[in-house]
Amino acid sequence: MFGLDKKDTSLLIIVACLTLFAPFILNPFPTGSAMAQFNAGYPDLMQRFVIFGIFAIGFNILFGLTGYLSFGHAAFLGAGSYSAVWMFKLIGMNVIPAIVLSVIVAGLFALLIGFISLRRSGIYFSILTLAFAQMSFNLAYSVLTPVTNGETGLQLTLEDPRILGVSATADGSIPVTNLFGLEMRSTFELAVGPWAFQFNAGYYLCALIMLAAFYLAIRIFRSPFGMMLRAVKSNQQRMNYTGLNTRPYTLAAFVISGMYAGLAGGLMASMDPLAGAERMQWTASGEVVLMTILGGAGTLIGPVLGAGFIKYFENIFSKINDNVLHTWFSFLPDGMEDAVVFIIHPFIGKGWHLTLGILFMLVVIFLPGGLVEGGQRIKGWLRGRKAKDSNASGETNPAE
Amino acid sequence: MDAILLQILNGLDKGSAYALIALGLTLIFGTLGVVNFAHGALFMIGAFCAVTLQRILNLSFELVDESQKDFLGNPLKVKTPYVEAWFGPDIGGSIIDWAVPLAILFAIPIMIGVGYVMERGLIKHFYKRPHADQILVTFGLAIVLQEVVKYFYGANPIQTPAPDALNGVVNLGAAIGMDIVYPVWRVVYFFFAVLIIGGIFSFLQFTTFGMVVRAGMADRETVGLLGINIDRRFTIMFGIAAAVAGLAGVMYTPINSPNYHMGMDFLVLSFVVVVVGGMGSLPGAVLAGFLLGVLESFASMNEIKSLIPGIDQIIIYVVAIIILLTRPRGLMGRKGVMED
Repeated sequence: MFGLDKKDTSLLIIVACLTLFAPFILNPFPTGSAMAQFNAGYPDLMQRFVIFGIFAIGFNILFGLTGYLSFGHAAFLGAGSYSAVWMFKLIGMNVIPAIVLSVIVAGLFALLIGFISLRRSGIYFSILTLAFAQMSFNLAYSVLTPVTNGETGLQLTLEDPRILGVSATADGSIPVTNLFGLEMRSTFELAVGPWAFQFNAGYYLCALIMLAAFYLAIRIFRSPFGMMLRAVKSNQQRMNYTGLNTRPYTLAAFVISGMYAGLAGGLMASMDPLAGAERMQWTASGEVVLMTILGGAGTLIGPVLGAGFIKYFENIFSKINDNVLHTWFSFLPDGMEDAVVFIIHPFIGKGWHLTLGILFMLVVIFLPGGLVEGGQRIKGWLRGRKAKDSNASGETNPAE
Repeated sequence: MDAILLQILNGLDKGSAYALIALGLTLIFGTLGVVNFAHGALFMIGAFCAVTLQRILNLSFELVDESQKDFLGNPLKVKTPYVEAWFGPDIGGSIIDWAVPLAILFAIPIMIGVGYVMERGLIKHFYKRPHADQILVTFGLAIVLQEVVKYFYGANPIQTPAPDALNGVVNLGAAIGMDIVYPVWRVVYFFFAVLIIGGIFSFLQFTTFGMVVRAGMADRETVGLLGINIDRRFTIMFGIAAAVAGLAGVMYTPINSPNYHMGMDFLVLSFVVVVVGGMGSLPGAVLAGFLLGVLESFASMNEIKSLIPGIDQIIIYVVAIIILLTRPRGLMGRKGVMED
């Protein structure tokens, strides 16, 4: 189907089902129950899942296929956000022109940075992209204040022209982002017994765009172009010796992944029309690297998994506090309960980044293929046990 | 003229921090071939060594002093640091006052220990892995170290003043008939950095140990074949590099109150410094550190800012990009280092 083979089609269908039914899947616990805090089925979080999914898919096209580790991808996300907000300010509140412009701007920006950075490879490439991103971040904070509004961040105001829309709604407030009249923030609530499922227009727009982006990524992975990028990763020198100039290919990959980042930035601004310079900071670039590696770089589903995993646990872990822990471990004897809570305390709430850091290190050390490799190993292990075969076929030795 | 000299001083001062961190990074890179993204975290740990020592010295006990009354008429509780109780108020007070310089002695063994554990426990397993993996795992380690420090010391910057004697300003231009007033501590920092850099270079140049390490940097395999346990020496060098970063951090605390993400802020810049200087070249790292520091402070002069707005924010990155594109090996890079 759609020019994909059977395996990829089923993967696409699985991802499609997961995203489209996410309001159900992420909301397994009835509202008001003790477990309700593990629900992730509210619009804001679901939007972040798919938007960061797009960002990570894009990053993976560059890092997973070519092996070029960019530490400056957040710059494209930021550029996309800024251009989307400018579209809202100048043209109108429809998201389509905003998203289109953010992709184009990010693409051009990526073309410029990629053209220069890709002259070097390895660590030098990482540092160059890092330097460019930090440069954009610093500029956005200082000189470019007329465009970016500096530290405050770019916001909509009542004085914006909005040629195709209105500067202010009838009741004097700032209009909201919409898709031909369908407001992005409009949410349909479906109450089934004790459950309350929320269907958000903005989420479904992001989800559909992510599916399109995912489909495109599959096609890129399976195309001769994708094969060429993989060849660059495995041995660039050999490619050069066969008389092939690899730079157009890597540059194309860089621009494509920059456009994905711009798309993510545009969507982020469409859901919440704000853009700040901190989206361009290098820690933001680091985050997408974490997502991709955690999920599994170079695999199709990995980045999406990684983005969902990090955003979900960021949200859940930071909500848990000592009181919640005490209710969980109340079955233990008093002293034990306090001890357990004391031990877990640094890792939850504000300490979530510590958990993330440790998790990330463990993944890089023991599971270079990320969650996907972990899943494959478990699968291989289960199969190996079923067949009573001590040499599980899916087993790969951890790289030293 | 005064303004230019002042900017040169500013630059040398800023550059000495860059140079120290970049020197440590290059030592690690040149010996072990590992790209250490956790080096900024080592700088930060050094700074928090100073904070810790200051806190230890300020540990005090409370005594109820009947002879003094507070404003409610109750007996006053007097806090006395143990140090003052043991050594008397004069010596004890000056020990507390000199906490930051004393932290140098405190930090050296700690940092060497941290570096040793880090190398043996983690980095050792990453020699054969691709550079991307090394970057990623050390990046993760940096996050962890940062969060641990945040957990114990909180997220706010902590004031760690320099000793009173070194806290004022000094007129450096008096000898040449000019008026250049400059904070004493920054002058101290510069000379400290020069001392450390000189120490490292002479250690590598004039001792047998240093000679072996230099030989190992040039050709690790051959040195190994000669029956020298080069790994052990490289581990020690890692410890020394960590100590250099830590000392840079200790001495930096009076200039900028340490907080948990100070390392990350410096890391990006010091990587740029290393790349400009040339990967694996120690003189290059030092030279580039001072050069970029001076350039940065000149770019922040108002005259230059009015010519090219915003140049002070980006000068370092612009220089790095130009250097990388025109002299791919950096200013003093050796052939064959990191060219794959």
